[in-house]
Amino acid sequence: MTTERVDSFISAVGATATVHTSTVEQFTETVTDVVTEPAIGTAIGLEGVSLDNTPVETDLTPVALEQAQTGVTPATYAIADYGTITVPTDDEGTELVSLYTPQHVAVLAASQLVPNMEAAYERFGAGFAENSETDGAQPQTQVFATGPSATADMGTLVQGVHGPHEVHIILVEDR
Amino acid sequence: MNTEKDGGTSTERRDAMAARLQSIMDSDGESIGRMTRTANQLSAYAYDQFDATEQLRGEGRKIKENAIENLPALLDQIQKSVESNGGTVHLASSAEDANRIIREIMAREDAEMLVKSKSMTTEELAVNDSLETAGYDVVETDLGEFVIQLADEKPSHLIGPAMHKSPGEIADLFNDTYGLTGDDALSDSPQELTAFAREKVGEQIRQADVGMTGANFVVAETGTLMLVTNEGNARKTAVTPPTHIAVAGIEKLVPSITDLQPFTELIARAGTGQDLTSYISLLTPPVETPIPDFEADTLRPADDREFHLVLVDNGRMAMREDEQLRETLYCIRCGACSNSCANFQELGGHAFGGETYTGGIGTGWEAGVNGTESAAEMGDLCTGCSRCVPRCPVKIDIPWINTVVRDRLNRGGDPDSFDLLVDGLTPDEESTGLDPQKRFFGNIETLAKVGSYAPRVSNAAISSQPGRWLLSQLFGIDSDRTLPALAEETLREWYGARGPQVANPERDVVLYPDLYTEYFDPERGKAAVAVLEALNCRVHIPPVPESGRAPLSQGMVETAREQAESVHSALVSQLDRGRDVVVIEPSDLAMFREEYERLLPEPSFTRLNENSYEILEYVYGLCENGESIDSLSTAAGPLSPVESRLRLRTETVAYHSHCQQRTLGLESYTTELLSDAGYSVRTASVECCGMAGSFGYKQEYAGVSRAVGEELADDFGDTVGELVVASGTSCQEQLGWLYDREVPHPVELLAPPGAD
Ligand code: SF4
Repeated sequence: MTTERVDSFISAVGATATVHTSTVEQFTETVTDVVTEPAIGTAIGLEGVSLDNTPVETDLTPVALEQAQTGVTPATYAIADYGTITVPTDDEGTELVSLYTPQHVAVLAASQLVPNMEAAYERFGAGFAENSETDGAQPQTQVFATGPSATADMGTLVQGVHGPHEVHIILVEDR
Repeated sequence: MNTEKDGGTSTERRDAMAARLQSIMDSDGESIGRMTRTANQLSAYAYDQFDATEQLRGEGRKIKENAIENLPALLDQIQKSVESNGGTVHLASSAEDANRIIREIMAREDAEMLVKSKSMTTEELAVNDSLETAGYDVVETDLGEFVIQLADEKPSHLIGPAMHKSPGEIADLFNDTYGLTGDDALSDSPQELTAFAREKVGEQIRQADVGMTGANFVVAETGTLMLVTNEGNARKTAVTPPTHIAVAGIEKLVPSITDLQPFTELIARAGTGQDLTSYISLLTPPVETPIPDFEADTLRPADDREFHLVLVDNGRMAMREDEQLRETLYCIRCGACSNSCANFQELGGHAFGGETYTGGIGTGWEAGVNGTESAAEMGDLCTGCSRCVPRCPVKIDIPWINTVVRDRLNRGGDPDSFDLLVDGLTPDEESTGLDPQKRFFGNIETLAKVGSYAPRVSNAAISSQPGRWLLSQLFGIDSDRTLPALAEETLREWYGARGPQVANPERDVVLYPDLYTEYFDPERGKAAVAVLEALNCRVHIPPVPESGRAPLSQGMVETAREQAESVHSALVSQLDRGRDVVVIEPSDLAMFREEYERLLPEPSFTRLNENSYEILEYVYGLCENGESIDSLSTAAGPLSPVESRLRLRTETVAYHSHCQQRTLGLESYTTELLSDAGYSVRTASVECCGMAGSFGYKQEYAGVSRAVGEELADDFGDTVGELVVASGTSCQEQLGWLYDREVPHPVELLAPPGAD
């Protein structure tokens, strides 16, 4: 990853979320600092990175989901130009955890930071098409998430509607 | 006399319409105005800041054109891809068909309650009514939709359904509906209202049996839906209940995932001015997410998920076959055209809307899915100002669609008892049954010609009490307005007697004698002649007919086409001589540069387009190419005739450009020239004066027109001691009326003295 790209990602994120950079070794500490308990999470899927030894529960139930203050999930890509992350859908319930909890903590490898929208589409464009044929490993659903959920329906911008009202992004240096 | 099919005279009908518009302006106007103007400004900024805006608009347009062209193949493909993913596709030919399919799915799932995220297509189908009548509970989860569901109203905007409601009104609605009083009652704090609505809606999502979403796009190759939202309700609606029904018009199909990129980057910039909305889901159902059962506190396996995609035709295939309406199918329903529309900002979609769809493009959608008649009331609110065109992310010519629908409505109208009288004066190409008001404005050139044989008699007749009464009875002209007076001498009469007065001309130029300059305000024409001659041009003013703008604005397309042909014939030998054509009236120039593309053969259009110029665009070019601005009347130099006449020497000018002039990108020539001439120039941020040709004269719209104009005057603020100038005839009229003083064209300010 280029530090330039990380910098432009952080500046695009601006006030919509908080970005933390972490080494693999520091990950446990970084997550522990960020989350508010009770916290719930799904497997991150990065080598050397796990939610063991953190306050984050990984046994997802609907009640745990409703009670959690924080949800920790993997993200697939981050887009530097927009300060956006893409959240995958999987059979562990990443979509639910990233959506129902008031604070969302998304974790991804810094090498998954792409410069712009075109690059993001190129990457998962291929993945979506392939998957529809072969049921490969590429997630079939991605949500571009940019900052907290919001509405202007009540007359002015209000943050935190049906989705989280606070977002943290942990970039794990993997190279 | 003049009895209409719905009873009452046309005057009564026009008065009733005026009253209805006034009452909607009173109830909805303030909230709508605040929200749309904010969105419009943010969107202008977002387009401007993003360097790929124009490139992606081009790409988006192409993708939609191709997708509609290849629609039958994409329909085949989507059925296969959704089925191989494990879902079911239903093709619904009509609204009834779609509703039947949806009720059958509900019955098969043994469902009781359905939660919905916002979808205009389900509004079009009236899904809620169909389900409620069949005994199901339906809950809207988008907060705006939730509000209008409780209020039992229709959406007032494509993307902000409750935009017409203030926080105070929403608080009253919630308090009434849920019986909240005393300490429990909600205040008008948007935070408090949002929190309350979120709780109410959240409970329902957790209990629902079925979640229904729309789709902004549907990808044929993969079976992926794109959902664009801010609140997160669509995400929850799609994945929380075990069954997901997505309802989408067939025009939402695109071939592949990468086709979504331009729309991902444009849709929020256009609609809300955000770079992206909070969430853009690329959802390929049935998804792998386990199903949360909140009551039993268990997660059911994702294998239990059901997914149904209901693809709706309901008139769209016919729109695809309709050369003129086809473009409507490219619409991605971002709402930008509504936000940029001055009339929409005053009124909102309850007035500027049909059965389902709102705003400028709503006319095309209504005509396509609900029939031309449903578009009848809304269509005239599009004045053709064209400010929406540069905003549309898929470059739809929205004013043209309104013109076409108006033309069709004109042709479908009943024969009218005044036809014979009006026919004598109005030699147009239109069928009988055309509204006499439209006929009056559409044929204004003939009326002006006839009248100018005896201008004083005509003027006296028009401004007399009986004359005004007659105009309002016959043609629906608002009695508060004074029609412009005919000049004693037309521009061409003056020029014929005077002849060119330039010693050593560098070039020969044709000045187009537009209808207004020719018959009503030759002063702007004389000033243009003086300015051009001072810059060493020999001016020719041949007889050229009206551009066709007047009939086109009344939806009289065939008459406009005839006019365009005649204009071209009248100018072709001038063009052959290598002469440039200079145009004072921006709405006529816009005909030459834009609408003629649809009215003339391609080579004729290209020729006129490439060789015609707005007057001050041309003057700017002359000054850039060796002529000197000091030959003109500058702030420091001699007084121009208009300054002498108005006895006003000023260095500050409040300048109002013209809508179509802005769309053509020509505003800056005037502001730069005036600054170069030493004036300090102010412009307003409000773009539209509200007059829009005949619009402001019409009895039913005069109130809306005045309200739009007042926004502009408010924005300009104090103009004491300033000269107010405007480029368009209508703008000059409207500002003149609002400020009660003469508002000249900027070229008059630059005219050197003594050219008469
Ligand atoms: S016509 Fe264009 S600007 Fe209007 S809603 Fe459709 S896509 Fe948006």
